[in-house]
Amino acid sequence: MAFAFPALTVACGLLALDRLLGMHFFTNELGGNMMNYPNLFWIWGHPEVYILILPAFGVFSEVVSTFSRKRLFGYESLVYATAAIALLSFTVWLHHFFTMGSSANVNAFFGVATMVIAVPTGVKVFNWLLTMYRGRITFHPAMLWTVGFIITFVIGGMTGVLLAVPPVDFLMHNTTFLVAHFHNMLIPGVLYGYLAGYMYWFPKAFGFKINEPWGTAAFWFWLVGFYLAFMPLYVLGLMGMPRRMEQYNDPSWQPWLIAALLGAVLILIGIACLVMQIVASIRDRKSAVDVTGDPYDGRTLEWATASPPPPYNFAVLPEVRDREPLLDMKERGVAYVLPRVYQDIEIPKNSPAGVIMGGLAFVFGFAMVWWIWWLAILCGLAMWATMIWRSSDEETEFVLAAEEVERLERARYRTLEAVKAANP
Amino acid sequence: MERHGLASYLIGFVLAVILTAVPFWLVYNHTLPPSRIMLIIAIAAVLQILVHLHFFLHINFTTTPKENLTAIAFTAVLIFLMVGGSLWIMIDLHQRMAI
Amino acid sequence: MNANVTAVPGHPHSEAPHSEAGAVHEQRELGFWLYLMGDAVLFALLFMTYCVMVGNTAGGPTGKQLFSLNNAAIETALLLVSSTTFGFASLSSRQGNRPAVLGWLAITFLLGAGFVFLEIREFLGMIHAGAGPDRSGFLSAFFTLVGTHGTHVSVGLTWILILSGQVALKGLSLSVTSRLFRLGLFWHFLDIAWVGIFSVVYLPGLL
Repeated sequence: MAFAFPALTVACGLLALDRLLGMHFFTNELGGNMMNYPNLFWIWGHPEVYILILPAFGVFSEVVSTFSRKRLFGYESLVYATAAIALLSFTVWLHHFFTMGSSANVNAFFGVATMVIAVPTGVKVFNWLLTMYRGRITFHPAMLWTVGFIITFVIGGMTGVLLAVPPVDFLMHNTTFLVAHFHNMLIPGVLYGYLAGYMYWFPKAFGFKINEPWGTAAFWFWLVGFYLAFMPLYVLGLMGMPRRMEQYNDPSWQPWLIAALLGAVLILIGIACLVMQIVASIRDRKSAVDVTGDPYDGRTLEWATASPPPPYNFAVLPEVRDREPLLDMKERGVAYVLPRVYQDIEIPKNSPAGVIMGGLAFVFGFAMVWWIWWLAILCGLAMWATMIWRSSDEETEFVLAAEEVERLERARYRTLEAVKAANP
Repeated sequence: MERHGLASYLIGFVLAVILTAVPFWLVYNHTLPPSRIMLIIAIAAVLQILVHLHFFLHINFTTTPKENLTAIAFTAVLIFLMVGGSLWIMIDLHQRMAI
Repeated sequence: MNANVTAVPGHPHSEAPHSEAGAVHEQRELGFWLYLMGDAVLFALLFMTYCVMVGNTAGGPTGKQLFSLNNAAIETALLLVSSTTFGFASLSSRQGNRPAVLGWLAITFLLGAGFVFLEIREFLGMIHAGAGPDRSGFLSAFFTLVGTHGTHVSVGLTWILILSGQVALKGLSLSVTSRLFRLGLFWHFLDIAWVGIFSVVYLPGLL
């Protein structure tokens, strides 16, 4: 992320210099080179899609192991795959502009690289499947999103490998086939991944369970809606329909577009279900309290804390002996042990500096768009001043006294003991 | 320890001066063919960057934390890919298209 | 994490990395190093853009007509000496010598300010001669690459001023020396970038 964004900074910066100061980076006349813009932009743009998807892959790994009640399969290969994807993502960017006049050698190199990058992702898919194999699966909504992702994302990945072939891309470029492909990656990959993570960790963050029936409903509307909305776009792309059309006049396209419209309506209902899910969860929060902090019999450390966790997370640093530390502690009988000795804990203070700088950056961007120069300069200087003020602050931590830690921990264990007594 | 530190900066300075003076002098005097001078400029630049990294930034394989070394290596690979790939693309386009 | 880090010249707290405060500052130093790596990518792409556009003079002036070898040589000398004097400031900070730190920082500042002054004078001269960044793609790329470096140096000068103020007011505390270390990373990085600039822009342009 730190390595891809400078390319976007340069692309946008040079464009801004062209537009605001009359420079000639991308102009038609006076020595501009227009192709350098897509070149710079996609040097960022391709790593960006991997920035979007890799954390979602992480979510899926957590979810699939919890709801298959099984150890994540092939952890080391998952890590190597992530590293390979991170590096390879910087070797494929020309596939976004195969048709812009490069020679066959250039297109072939980037086409091959694009195919190669599908391999580590395939390794991950197999790891998730092998985690599920012979597991004891419960279909919490997060698990539904995960299974829906595995099936749908693989289809999108296959069309990606198809598009990686330059002669094929020459036919498919700027058609709805491409639109279908990238939605087929982003929706099951990014969206389902972050919805899964949201539903999975909701109880931990807010202290009460999320409404599962509405989550299941949202999933089915989204899944069926997605297929109905986007599979016709593959067909339409093969039939020659370009993207970004405001109107069309080919009647043979219409049945497919009507199906797509139906899919969009189902997705809209799916979104409504997500809204209803929040409403119902908040409505029922008193009766759905996550008392123990471990609603799924979890295997990782976050489930050892209360929901929501105390500001210090752990009163005593846990001794980690396994990649699934909480499961290991449960099996050894040492989970949920009241600490014997308490210590003062140093915790970072909250600071408004980040929020202030974000707000100033927002106004700065607004001012730059509308050429309100005095406001832009003012916000720029204010951001500088905020950064200097924050960096001069020596007192960025506060100490939570051991007595307070003890008080919070004893309260938590009283709750846990009450639950154990009620469920012998 | 401080004497070692001072020596580091002084040696680095002297080496950097030499690696700067040679290319400047060659360009000032045009004593060699341009392609040869370009090669010497490039080599001197790479060497001087290494001098700066070692004598001024104290980057080495023993005391520098591994995370920092990994970051430099990864950055170097990415710069090679981005700049090399871009130059290949743009030169190729220049030969085939009116750009 | 850093169990094998021993005392490093110029490194403020490498003898005590396992204290809580030491760990925080090590994290900040790694964070700053990662920022510099991203900055390196940014400069690399500006260098690439310059190389792609070096021939796009659009009938306007070329580097050979505009660049001055003497000016580039003086700027190089100023920056290289300033890197060395910053190194002396780092050493003084390790010795706890507050006046020496302030003195060497002041000299570094003057050398850096001299560099920026010469660069601004060069830019204004070119603009005045009708060779501004809006004249051609080549000039846009030149002004942006060299100007971005000059802007970084100017930010560094501001940072030297602010940090000098902190050294004067708060003394050579752990957080102040950690900031000095990070400023040193920044300042030496800019000298490395300048090696690239005279090797890619000025010297080949005058061949």
